[in-house]
Amino acid sequence: MAEPETPPPARSDRSPWNWLLIVPIVVPLLTPLYNHDSPRLWGFPMFYWLQFAFILLGVVTTSVVYRMTRR
Amino acid sequence: MSDHITEIVIFTVLFLLVSGIGFVAARWRAPKDMAHLDEWGLGGRSFGGWVTWFLVGGDLYTAYTFVAVPALIFGAGAAGFFAVPYTVIIYPLFFLILIRLWSVSHRHGFVTPADFVRSRFDSPTLALVIAITGIVATMPYIALQLIGIEAVLKTMGVTGDSALARHAPIIIAFAILAAYTYQSGLRAPALIAFVKDTLIYIVIIVAVLYLPYKLGGWGDIFDAADKKFQGTAAPGDGILLNANNQIQYITLAVGSALALFLYPHSITGVLASKNRNVIKRNMSALPAYSFLLGLIALLGYMAISAGVKPLPGAKEGTVDSNTVVPLLFDQKFPAWFAGIAFAAIGIGALVPAAIMSIAAANLFTRNIYKEYLKRDATHAQEAQVSKIASLVVKVGAVAFIVFLDPQFSIDLQLIGGVIILQTAPAVALGLYTRWLHRGALITGWAAGMGLAFWMLWQIPNAATKRAHFGGSAFPLSEFGFDTKKTIYVGFVAVAVNLIVAVMATFFLRAMKTPEGVDGTTPDDYFADEGDPRIDKSQTPVDTVSST
Repeated sequence: MAEPETPPPARSDRSPWNWLLIVPIVVPLLTPLYNHDSPRLWGFPMFYWLQFAFILLGVVTTSVVYRMTRR
Repeated sequence: MSDHITEIVIFTVLFLLVSGIGFVAARWRAPKDMAHLDEWGLGGRSFGGWVTWFLVGGDLYTAYTFVAVPALIFGAGAAGFFAVPYTVIIYPLFFLILIRLWSVSHRHGFVTPADFVRSRFDSPTLALVIAITGIVATMPYIALQLIGIEAVLKTMGVTGDSALARHAPIIIAFAILAAYTYQSGLRAPALIAFVKDTLIYIVIIVAVLYLPYKLGGWGDIFDAADKKFQGTAAPGDGILLNANNQIQYITLAVGSALALFLYPHSITGVLASKNRNVIKRNMSALPAYSFLLGLIALLGYMAISAGVKPLPGAKEGTVDSNTVVPLLFDQKFPAWFAGIAFAAIGIGALVPAAIMSIAAANLFTRNIYKEYLKRDATHAQEAQVSKIASLVVKVGAVAFIVFLDPQFSIDLQLIGGVIILQTAPAVALGLYTRWLHRGALITGWAAGMGLAFWMLWQIPNAATKRAHFGGSAFPLSEFGFDTKKTIYVGFVAVAVNLIVAVMATFFLRAMKTPEGVDGTTPDDYFADEGDPRIDKSQTPVDTVSST
């Protein structure tokens, strides 16, 4: 069967880098990791400063995936 | 009232300023023809990185969030901090999943999530179910924005004796909001969001630097909160989670994140951006708001440390814990700064309220009006219907607050988050696969809704002594488990929804029930700005009216 027209190459946003986004989805949900008072940082119990740090984790991972998958 | 005159003046001036901006917004990036739903309802689908950042940020982090999350921390402690993990996990989810919705909507001109479902599953009925769920979930959310404004007005002493006098300022504020949303559409909240977010950032940065200094440092603030929770009889509070509320914490974070991206107003904000890169870049930039939200949450502890006593509630013997943050500003800052803070919260209510009413109006127009009432509606008619629907939605929201107990709106908002989750199998999974049968999706939705209402009905509220709809933490002992642990209702309901949908799919396949034709192709989910096929699918009439 002859193809009447060559279709444009199939686009995709598949990339192994996307798996990295599992990290900021799963890590903030592991309560045993951060449900502690000490060590404190600037007076913040670990429960609070570590969860603030997860925000940075989210920023870093999404930025990396964005850069690596950009075309 | 005279003690608060400076605050009231500043609040009013800033409020009028943004109202002016709202009206001028119609001419901002002005389209050639506003009489098109893409223009009025999605700002021309043309927003770049900065506008999207302010718009989506102003959309997701509502005034109610700014008032209610610290109130929760004030009352219960660590459990209220779920807002932070919740707003961390949402962005990777957006990045992976919602981007596909943007592409397929861009390619086919979808305005609402129900438009997508209709085309994907070839089922106007399923689309109707999704649209009604979206509208019902959004309405109380708009009403809650008014509660945010009310907490501020109450603190400034702007209250009256009769119900009408008490609500007059809110009715006026919403009338102005309705007028400029009617005129400018999504451009109004997009432009106002710049002012709102700038004010919020300034206020919070000043507050988190200044207040700990006044209150003896962060260590003392946490210790004061700890001491308060140790002294109360309630078992669930504390500055850390306990053995029983961790599952609740996790499932509430996941469930809220999923719910947030299914809410019509978040989807509207995302669809208004101009290309995929704008969205992807924003997923790295929007967490700045999560940081802000975390700091705002901690204002709850500062209020404990500063000895704030919430104002009395609507009923005798209750307290309105939503007033703790406004009171903290009122007591610890000079009047002019408190006025700016109050304006930030008040204006903060307007942006999401506008976007939500636009999103609900778009659902009505596209999936009810055009589908069932007037199939041959032109673009101009669609835009007009949507404008009127947005007015109706706002009148409804005001009526909720004026005529019903505000607690009713809070209950409905709680239910809203749970029911919007029930659209996840169709909307979110639908972006990846149409394996689930359209009939099965409706069956699963019904099962999830039924279970959700039953579970919410079972939950009492210890604080207000009501037997039903007391929260979203469901005791697992009700399912026969021998434990005191609790779980988020929405999470259980959507799991059951999915299981039922899978089983019903097998059944309907076996019965050879027709599945309809997929209106989308795999390629559509990656389409980007400037896709050559976009104009081809439109009829000549469409092209004339949209260019």
